[in-house]
Amino acid sequence: MSAHISSIKLYFGIFLALMLGTALTVAAAFFDMGPANNLVAMGIALIKATLVVLFFMHVRYSSRLTAMIVASAVLFLVILFGLTMMDYFSRSTEYVDPALINTPVIAGSAAAGH
Amino acid sequence: MSSIDATSAHGARHSHDAHHAHHAPGLEHHFESYEQQRETASLGMWLFIAQEMLFFGGLFTAYIVFRHQFPDAFAAASHHLDITLGCFNTVVLIASSLTMALAVRAAQLGASKVCGWFLIATMVLGGVFLGVKAIEYHEKYVEHHIPGVTEFHWDEAFHGKQIPSNQARMFYGLYFAMTGLHALHMIIGIGILLWLLYWVRKGRFTADNYNYIEGVGLYWHFVDIIWIFLFPLLYLIGRH
Repeated sequence: MSAHISSIKLYFGIFLALMLGTALTVAAAFFDMGPANNLVAMGIALIKATLVVLFFMHVRYSSRLTAMIVASAVLFLVILFGLTMMDYFSRSTEYVDPALINTPVIAGSAAAGH
Repeated sequence: MSSIDATSAHGARHSHDAHHAHHAPGLEHHFESYEQQRETASLGMWLFIAQEMLFFGGLFTAYIVFRHQFPDAFAAASHHLDITLGCFNTVVLIASSLTMALAVRAAQLGASKVCGWFLIATMVLGGVFLGVKAIEYHEKYVEHHIPGVTEFHWDEAFHGKQIPSNQARMFYGLYFAMTGLHALHMIIGIGILLWLLYWVRKGRFTADNYNYIEGVGLYWHFVDIIWIFLFPLLYLIGRH
């Protein structure tokens, strides 16, 4: 009948994990790791967000229907980011830095892309 | 036809019971149990949060596109944000999420007085966050780094490369759009918390019926998650 009630210890544990994640993110930002900097920062942010969703927002103890709504929102975000970037990485229009494209930009293709 | 009759008769019987028995305060007539009512409320809140994720998602997409296009300008402009204040605010906001979670926990245990105090703590921490944000915005105003408000001023090189002013302006445009929308959510959140505190003090909620507190908690945590992503994306690029 009643909902799952988490212990105060768990909440403080999650809080400490989030603090640790923040400290790690800041520390990692000062080291030059090339493209890995982004991966580390976003990886830690994803872990932090997952902890908040599972424990502070109780999805760990919610119904499967709730979990499905959360998963579907993430799925649509991935579609939004993924399909947009697929376009930017693969098209040769004036919006893309020519240095990223292996083949030279064909004259006139930028105008055609409009 | 017969199935419709059966359904309406079923519904009528329940509302009739609830009307006369008065054994279930705060349980709406169209719900079978507190459990079902709670489940429905949190599911509805999650649907709202799902669309909020995509709402912010548009801004994050714009960020990815333009950072991908102007990596040096984004790193250079990000360097101008105050990392200490950003860090401080991250800690404050995560702490406010903890107090919010503890407020919901107190509500689950039926301890409205404790719940009220945790709601106040959450509001105070939210207020501190907005105050620090106001200091940061003022700094940017003085430096002429707010696009569209004052004439945008930028004349800087980064790692020996001159950064075009319009590219730096793009970073600040996104910075203010993203943190501004986030701050707006916090202002609305504090308003809702005040309203919630009023009802907690009035003794409207019980250990069975605390959906509003749970729902506001979900909203507050969501706003915290947005900041968890904004902080590294806006403050921490180009530090190395």
